Amino acid sequence: MTIHATEPQSIRIERHFDHGVPKIWRALTEGDLLAQWLLPGDFRAEVGHRFTLRAPPAPNWNGEIVGEVLEVQPLRRLVYRMYAQGPAPDGVTTVVTWTLRPTAQGTRLLLEQTGFRPQDQPNFHGASVVWPRYLTRLASTLAADDSG
Amino acid sequence: MSYQLVRTGVPDEVFRSLADPTRRGILEHLLEGGEQNVRALTERAGVSQATVSKHLGVLKQAGLVRDRPQGRMVHYAADPQGLSPLVDWIGFYSAFWRDRLDQLDAVLDRIEP
Repeated sequence: MTIHATEPQSIRIERHFDHGVPKIWRALTEGDLLAQWLLPGDFRAEVGHRFTLRAPPAPNWNGEIVGEVLEVQPLRRLVYRMYAQGPAPDGVTTVVTWTLRPTAQGTRLLLEQTGFRPQDQPNFHGASVVWPRYLTRLASTLAADDSG
Repeated sequence: MSYQLVRTGVPDEVFRSLADPTRRGILEHLLEGGEQNVRALTERAGVSQATVSKHLGVLKQAGLVRDRPQGRMVHYAADPQGLSPLVDWIGFYSAFWRDRLDQLDAVLDRIEP
């Protein structure tokens, strides 16, 4: 596999919550809480644990997001890799980093997600193929929704 | 729990505008053929020009096409920015996480400290 020397792209979202760090950490790491705000699955905050999160299946996707926990610093930092083939481009692997910082009012939570652009992924097929393919898949997803 | 959540990365308007097969066809023509005027699109669409204009209005509202008036003619082109959440993980996940964090806020209020 060739490694592309291009910069990955990142999302960065910061949000403050009026709740203490321990509660936020629980919400990020306990499966029954994750199921309420993120997705149900078998996540565990253990380095090396491979997990699956399950979204409802769609015609073009079995609904699975698979991942691997990379780093756990309890109450401070949680890092995992995620891979989903579905509504976002095929086979995008991203790394999600959660950072928690206590504040006077609660917790500052920072989310960073980093990944390569689709065209820098090794299995990218090319823009001229992508557009019609996505519209077709989208159409079938919408058609399934309309009839559901 | 609402199962709309994974699709919330794409604005509802975009999905709604693409739910109609004639509109999808118009957008595909613009993607493949580049900028075209309403008459050219009507010739391929199999519906009246008024209907094509209406569809173009919906697509424009959803940010999927742009228009360029030139004299009495209006030219339309697909807007790659509008489609980017569908093919761009950044657009998708930005909105996905914002919605998830809203949901986290609600969940935190419910659970014991």
